[in-house]
Amino acid sequence: MKKIVTIFIVSLMLTFEAIGGSDGENILSKNDPAKVKDCFESLNRATFKFNQALDGAIFEPVSKAYRFLPSPIRKGVSNSLDNISSLVTIPNNILQGDLKEAGENTLRLVINTTVGIFGIFDVAQSMGLVKNDKEDYGQSFGKVGVGPGCYLVLPILGPSTVRDTAGALVNLTGGDPWFNVTVKNDTQYFKESDYYFSRAGTGIDFRAKNIDSLDNLETNSLDFYASVKSLYLQDRQQKIANSDQIIDTQNDSDWEEIETQ
Amino acid sequence: MRIKKFFVLFFLFLLVFQSKLFSIEPDIFVQSTVNRASQALSDNYSKDEKIEKLKLIAKDTVDIRGIGFYTLGSYRKSLDDSNKKKYIKLFEQYFLKSFSSRLAEYSNPKIEVGSKEKLNENYTIVSSILVATEKRPEIKINWRIYTKNPEKPLIRDLIIEGLSLARTQKEEFSSIIESNNGNMDALFQTLNDFIAK
Repeated sequence: MKKIVTIFIVSLMLTFEAIGGSDGENILSKNDPAKVKDCFESLNRATFKFNQALDGAIFEPVSKAYRFLPSPIRKGVSNSLDNISSLVTIPNNILQGDLKEAGENTLRLVINTTVGIFGIFDVAQSMGLVKNDKEDYGQSFGKVGVGPGCYLVLPILGPSTVRDTAGALVNLTGGDPWFNVTVKNDTQYFKESDYYFSRAGTGIDFRAKNIDSLDNLETNSLDFYASVKSLYLQDRQQKIANSDQIIDTQNDSDWEEIETQ
Repeated sequence: MRIKKFFVLFFLFLLVFQSKLFSIEPDIFVQSTVNRASQALSDNYSKDEKIEKLKLIAKDTVDIRGIGFYTLGSYRKSLDDSNKKKYIKLFEQYFLKSFSSRLAEYSNPKIEVGSKEKLNENYTIVSSILVATEKRPEIKINWRIYTKNPEKPLIRDLIIEGLSLARTQKEEFSSIIESNNGNMDALFQTLNDFIAK
């Protein structure tokens, strides 16, 4: 199994020509949303419509109901889900060479899982261990120079790219300790449903936090599909570069040309 | 003679420091714009009144023409002067409607203006935070301020949690044009439809 995963990752690297350098500017340029091709646009748009229908029927109403829960409960759920996601963030911190963040996140995980009762309370934050950004295998691939490939819209899961989908598959082939102890291995402590509940919970928590802004975006967009695509790709570009300062490095040539008009 | 010398020196002083005297610091400009918007979004007004007030603020503080041309990207070069005029007129109506209806949903938003970073002579980024409420988390908003004329700074972009609104709009417009085989009339029609909604 290990061999299959290794071969899979190596072939992905070759497919995406992961041979370029990985300095910040190169990473930003490789992940420039304007350069990401929408090779399967018709299929993507159809899947997007399907997801919208599913969202209207299930996710939006559930998220709206979820917002009626008292704020401390929602905060606890959100903290607990964040705590679980750090199981994927930590190996990716290491893969990206961020050993300091890997150490901080491991400490946070230990403290919050024990003292913070399964992550419900972010005790580590009050001890000065500030929450770091989440990392995943798609970001790690991007960091070593793998380009995004074509833009994809996945059923239920939403916007992605070929690289990010491959990154998500690593979770299912041993890269996510939470998946390993719930679904992959038959441990007596966790059930398979724990994994699926946590995944659905993450989606609902995100949706609940963004109900107003997504509704607003949909109402005021000329092409909602294109807006979501742009926002997703900008977000990934920034996360892969691990930068809050994209504004300094993004291509300003269009603004400069306007000056000369 | 002494008085004449004094006046000459006084006018020289004015000439040299005039631009400094009337220039507006980008962070002060953002703070003042935020205050005006907060006032417009207070509960004292109906939604339609809020929209009208927001439109006036946008006309005064946003470089709508600049954003309009930026949003067109490389397609800008394919437009002749008459179509450029037609586009800018449509874009202004679209922008004001879209901008004001987006903001009118918020009531009494609390924005704290923070630091500023000068990128070059033309641009300064001002950082701010939309304070969290019960329903949504804190949101970081960076304002790209066009400072070519320091006496009249203008907003050219809002970068929300690192995501540029101008860039999103540019890619949205580009998608509409591309899916209609480069036909600009399709974009004009889509803008017209949105305005008429």
